Amino acid sequence: MLEIPDWLRARLSRRSILGAGIAAAGGSAIAAAGTARQPARAEHAGANRHGEMSGASHGSSHGAMMTVGEVDEERNGFDTANILTEWERGTASRLSDGRVLRTFEIEAVDKEIEIAPGIMFPAWTYNGRVPGPALRATEGERLKVVFRNHGSHPHSIHFHGIHSARMDGIPGAGVIAPGEEFAYEFDARPFGCHIYHCHALPLKRHIHKGLYGLFVVDPDSALHPEHTQVALSRLLGTPENAEWQELAMVMNGFDTNFDDENEVYAVNTVAHAYMKRPIPIQRDKPVRVYLTNAVEFDPVNSFHLHANFFDYYDHGTTLTPTLRTVDTVMLCQAQRGILEFSFKDHEPGLYMFHAHQSEFAELGWMSFFDVRETVA
Amino acid sequence: MNEARPLTAGAVPVEAPRSRAALIWLLLPLAVLALAVAWLVAADPLRYFDNGAPQVENLTFERTVLSSNGIDILVRAGGSEPMTIAQVQVDDAYWQFTQSPSGPLARRETAWIHLSYPWVPGEAHAVKVITNTGATFEHEIAVAVPTPVANAASLGGQALLGVFVGIVPIAIGLMFYPALRGVGRGGMNFLLAMTVGLLAFLMIDAAGEAFELAGEAAAIFQGQAMVVLAAAASFLLLMVIGRRDGTPAGLTLATFIALGIGLHNLGEGLAIGAAFASGAAGLGTFLVLGFTFHNITEGIGIAAPMLKVRPALWTFPSLTLLAGGPAVLGLWIGSLAYAPQWSALALAIGAGAILQVVVEVTVYLMKSDGRGVAALSSWPALSGAAFGVAFMYVTAMLVKV
Repeated sequence: MLEIPDWLRARLSRRSILGAGIAAAGGSAIAAAGTARQPARAEHAGANRHGEMSGASHGSSHGAMMTVGEVDEERNGFDTANILTEWERGTASRLSDGRVLRTFEIEAVDKEIEIAPGIMFPAWTYNGRVPGPALRATEGERLKVVFRNHGSHPHSIHFHGIHSARMDGIPGAGVIAPGEEFAYEFDARPFGCHIYHCHALPLKRHIHKGLYGLFVVDPDSALHPEHTQVALSRLLGTPENAEWQELAMVMNGFDTNFDDENEVYAVNTVAHAYMKRPIPIQRDKPVRVYLTNAVEFDPVNSFHLHANFFDYYDHGTTLTPTLRTVDTVMLCQAQRGILEFSFKDHEPGLYMFHAHQSEFAELGWMSFFDVRETVA
Repeated sequence: MNEARPLTAGAVPVEAPRSRAALIWLLLPLAVLALAVAWLVAADPLRYFDNGAPQVENLTFERTVLSSNGIDILVRAGGSEPMTIAQVQVDDAYWQFTQSPSGPLARRETAWIHLSYPWVPGEAHAVKVITNTGATFEHEIAVAVPTPVANAASLGGQALLGVFVGIVPIAIGLMFYPALRGVGRGGMNFLLAMTVGLLAFLMIDAAGEAFELAGEAAAIFQGQAMVVLAAAASFLLLMVIGRRDGTPAGLTLATFIALGIGLHNLGEGLAIGAAFASGAAGLGTFLVLGFTFHNITEGIGIAAPMLKVRPALWTFPSLTLLAGGPAVLGLWIGSLAYAPQWSALALAIGAGAILQVVVEVTVYLMKSDGRGVAALSSWPALSGAAFGVAFMYVTAMLVKV
């Protein structure tokens, strides 16, 4: 099992390369074959990539509290490692008045996904993934979201943002039957970290089946002269933004037996995904997390960071923190915010983060940042 | 299919066609069955009923073993298709587990799930199995106590318990034998009717418990039908054996009573052993004394039909062991290898055996009295039966927790 760190690292570093998928598939297969008969403990040697952490890996730090086996992310069609940094920017063009028109294309698709090793869930998805694509636009742009429903039920996209009633994505205004198409058009405002989800009825079923995603609007620095630098650091593609490690996280849950209680909790769908493959973090580079809560049935969810504190921007609609120096935030469904923190004064190692509802944590929503000197 | 020809050939002797015809009539329905199976499998005419519903899954928890190594659970699959255990939660937390044998579980198959979980003595835990389809099956450990293991100390302790529950009360009851020998016709009728009454109570008790346990067993065992069939079979078998040399009386009847009570005590021992092993019942001195008291009349019941004969001395310890010994055996088996269906089976067999002695003791009562059915409505007989049932019911209050 000691080979795992190597293929994992290779996989993370080459994730932009086309061939990485094939390597990952091979790796998953090897891991799956290895774990089929293994008493679990051995298999998260995967996280034990530090020489100094030999012997007692973090496997002992969580006891045996862990799902058994590996999720076939190749079959799922989305990789929990990539989903953190994949931003859907659509296609940009110019309107006659000079503004940018940004067009997104989203399809609703029924798809069975593996949400924990061996547990299949009959999901409803946007573009075949749960959470749906993390849309990213800039304040003031004109947005056009072309939505096609290839699913078996009526669906919509309801954006948390500012738009007209006709574009709200509710029954009578953008809920479309299977086979139909609709274009939601509105301006990208206010800037912040937002969410979109299906607003067809019954709401509970449509949301917990997987129809939700992040919708991030970056601030236009020209409109915020008093915080130009902060605004630039939030604007994807700028050199200021490149100084940050940005991560997209959607806290979600799955009710596998449809008893209105979740059997699986996670951040980005797969239970314990970032326990088994901690998120690599470069020690001296600040971290910005775009966080939202899509969990159904439970009134609140939360995010707790170990051994560190963060500044929090509720809804991301301000350029100064709404909460300073906290290590836990509580979010109801659809609430969201931006977390900013840094490990530059920390020693390298595995730093945990999880819901501070212990039940959620132990049912899958528990993760690690792997803070290192360099991230390949 | 050559057999068809001789039917039309007149030259063949009569005997041969008849036997061949019989053969054809035997083969024809079987051939139709084979044809029906082949058609169902090949043509799949039932696909109309395939409404896309997921397969039916069922999982029964048969044994739970708590030890310093964690929790081991024996599960039995009962799905329409082989089912796959994907994850296991303990107390709402995903916990690493191993399954042996691994892989999908076909219908009827069992597997052990091992969880190295730090369970807490005296507290409750819940184990939830999640299959690959997301279906869940939950098992509650009401009170976590270490499961007994087979060593000299535990086997000895259980034997001692079995002795007090089964053997001591029978021995005490049989010790009334000399005192009872002098009773007249009324006293005899009272004792025999009391025996019928206590046996009737035991039968109802055993049958009720058997049905309850049968409900916990996997559906494949068809618990209710199994209990009824096992009880009927043991009743009929013992009736046939008992009546080989006329209706049983004297020592023979006493032996059958001892056997019936012994089978009941076996089931009782299984249930007590299982209850203690699973932590469902705590073991107090009062409870054990309750069992002892409760079972004393069983000894008197065994003694009753022998009052007019003079059995050898060795028959008393033999009868005691036959009636009380199975309690020890039941405790051992129940605490070490418990499964609801086997306990239900033992209790059902016991209930059937008791029904046999209820019938035979009643017949014996009528015969020895000489008045036939009229004896049953005599004052001593009615009060004896009432006393037997009431005594068992009241003393049972001591042991029901």
